[in-house]
Amino acid sequence: MELTGAEITIRCLQEEGVEYVFGYPGGAVLFIYDELFKQEQVKHVLVRHEQAAVHAADGYARSTDKVGVALVTSGPGVTNAVTGIATAYLDSIPLVVISGQVPTSFIGEDAFQEVDAVGITRPCVKHNFLVKDPKDIASTLKKAFYLAKSGRPGPVLVDIPKDVSNQKAEFSYPATVNIRSYNPQVQGDIGQIKRAVQMLLEAKRPMVYAGGGVILSDAAKQLTELVHLLGAPCTNTLMGLGGFPASDKQFVGMLGMHGTYEANMGMQNCDVLLAVGARFDDRVIGNVSHFNSVPRKIIHIDIDPASISKRVKVDVSIVGDVAHVVSGLLEVLKSSKQKPDATAQKDWWKQIAEWRSANSLSYKNSSELIKPQYVIETLHKITHGDAFVTSDVGQHQMWAAQYYKFDQPRRWINSGGLGTMGFGLPAAMGVQLAHPGATVACVTGEGSIQMNIQELSTCKQYDLPIKVIALNNRYLGMVRQWQEFFHGNRYSHSYMDALPDFVKLAEAYGHVGILVEKPSDVEGALQEAFARKDKLVFLDFRTDSTENVYPMVPGGKGLSEVILAEDL
Amino acid sequence: MRHIISLLMENESGALSRVSGLFSARAYNIESLNVAPTEDPTMSRMTIVTSGSDDVIEQINKQLNKLVDVVTVMDLTDGDHIERELMLVKVRAVGNDREELKRMADIFRGRVIDVSDNTYTIELTGTELKLDRFLQAIDHALILETVRTGASGIGRGDRILKL
Repeated sequence: MELTGAEITIRCLQEEGVEYVFGYPGGAVLFIYDELFKQEQVKHVLVRHEQAAVHAADGYARSTDKVGVALVTSGPGVTNAVTGIATAYLDSIPLVVISGQVPTSFIGEDAFQEVDAVGITRPCVKHNFLVKDPKDIASTLKKAFYLAKSGRPGPVLVDIPKDVSNQKAEFSYPATVNIRSYNPQVQGDIGQIKRAVQMLLEAKRPMVYAGGGVILSDAAKQLTELVHLLGAPCTNTLMGLGGFPASDKQFVGMLGMHGTYEANMGMQNCDVLLAVGARFDDRVIGNVSHFNSVPRKIIHIDIDPASISKRVKVDVSIVGDVAHVVSGLLEVLKSSKQKPDATAQKDWWKQIAEWRSANSLSYKNSSELIKPQYVIETLHKITHGDAFVTSDVGQHQMWAAQYYKFDQPRRWINSGGLGTMGFGLPAAMGVQLAHPGATVACVTGEGSIQMNIQELSTCKQYDLPIKVIALNNRYLGMVRQWQEFFHGNRYSHSYMDALPDFVKLAEAYGHVGILVEKPSDVEGALQEAFARKDKLVFLDFRTDSTENVYPMVPGGKGLSEVILAEDL
Repeated sequence: MRHIISLLMENESGALSRVSGLFSARAYNIESLNVAPTEDPTMSRMTIVTSGSDDVIEQINKQLNKLVDVVTVMDLTDGDHIERELMLVKVRAVGNDREELKRMADIFRGRVIDVSDNTYTIELTGTELKLDRFLQAIDHALILETVRTGASGIGRGDRILKL
């Protein structure tokens, strides 16, 4: 049967089982929107800005194991979407972004709302396509979904010119896809797996360092079993939180720039390091030569060969999907007669206990000023540690990562790689739509929330009862902290003046707003907010404006060159 | 160190820009790059001459392999290979220089492929070094124009780059 390109596009989304498309209409996608209108299977969520469409699709994908889908128009629709696409790219999140394009005969003529979408997005997508013929739409979208989800996941953009969406072609959705130039390795090499197990068994001071790859490959169960069998301490990256239960006694907390003392010291002093779906980035290991200055053996599991030996040389590399490789390690480990060296590990854990006793996440609570850490701890208590928590970027993000102890994967939704302010609220929309009955909290700051605050309107339209936890310290706190540490307290443009009345603003959008100014009101306000299951509640916490995030490994320093709160 | 990387990629619009974009985005060097379709018109073969430390070259190979349009990558420098570059040089050829330039072209096994009253155009193939040497050997003031393809490379014997 012959269908128009627009009909084919929607049929493909239906075939892929797409539940939600996040988007914003415009001239170049009118035919596609017309087809959306004529059916009910694929639901469209109208955002207020294209960046939010992509973040919402991203939040949807991160909190499920599905591909997020966004639909935007040409020109400004695409450029607005770029930040969202780059955010997903840096964190390897599977997305398919469909963009309209000016008619093929206009391409290159600087037509109205024309940009080179494929060119603009090329450095921040896993792959992209310009579809020039309606007969290619189905095969291209099939490839797009496959590419987004397989191997190292990532965003894929499909640019469809307006005339192509209006011309007819025969439709049949391909059952399989084969791309001769793309064959990601899923199974790990068994020889390497055996070498890794031997190395781990001989370790005196083993350490497991697990990242976002564990979450993306749904390998939390396998990882937890492996860590228990090895008896080793386990740390998570910012992207990996929830990949290993925070309440487990072998968990030493997050590592990196704002990681715990025990996690960072463990990284620096272990003799065998097992890196699982993590990429040794600059916020994680700090100064590379400092990290390399002590000898240790490194085993690195990653689906992307290019992530291995990129910043740190490794001894055993295992390319493959984390879930498969960790299962392989478990199998070999279980069948081995040798057991981990218990005597050596006893000393190792004694050393870790010593580092732990530094209590690097301790803070002085106050009865006068609301401490942001206290808000997050109370949030954890009120939600029984069971909420989906999205965040924006800055101090509040670090505090949420440090103090909300995630026991489950896909619960912690944040922009780790790109560090995109404005991510939290739209991401929470995607999470809430994916999990209608669940508790969803968006931890944000008064700076970040204003970067996509218009989405309060979307939340109203779709009745999304998100709880916005704004840690309002009247500063771009992380910028202010760096200025305090490294720029002589010159707070150049890091203050937030002329702030809106967030309570009134929330009310203006049809939501509930609560102002919280006293520490004694924090718990009550959170209780009240979460009791209102059908309403979005915006909690404006006026927090201590001078609070800093500790511990801190300053940029360019080594993991053991840490600033602890008590040092100051 | 100088490396010659050869790759097969889908002959699709935009494929070249993915490769060149990768080099600029990740701050890798490109000394030269050439590309043309192969005997299989759906595939193009590209030769890139680049330089960098062993770590950088390893990353270049891996990052190239990661591009969805790239079918296969080979670092020719890892083994025995042959490389050739084509150069066309237009020189001012009048009076005594006419004889001298012809002789020099012969010595370098070049051919004069276009003649006018005042100029020769000389075609020369060989390694990058040989072409450099030819340019050094003739009077610099006589050179009107040069155009070079950059190196193309192929493995020796059974070293074959194919799908």
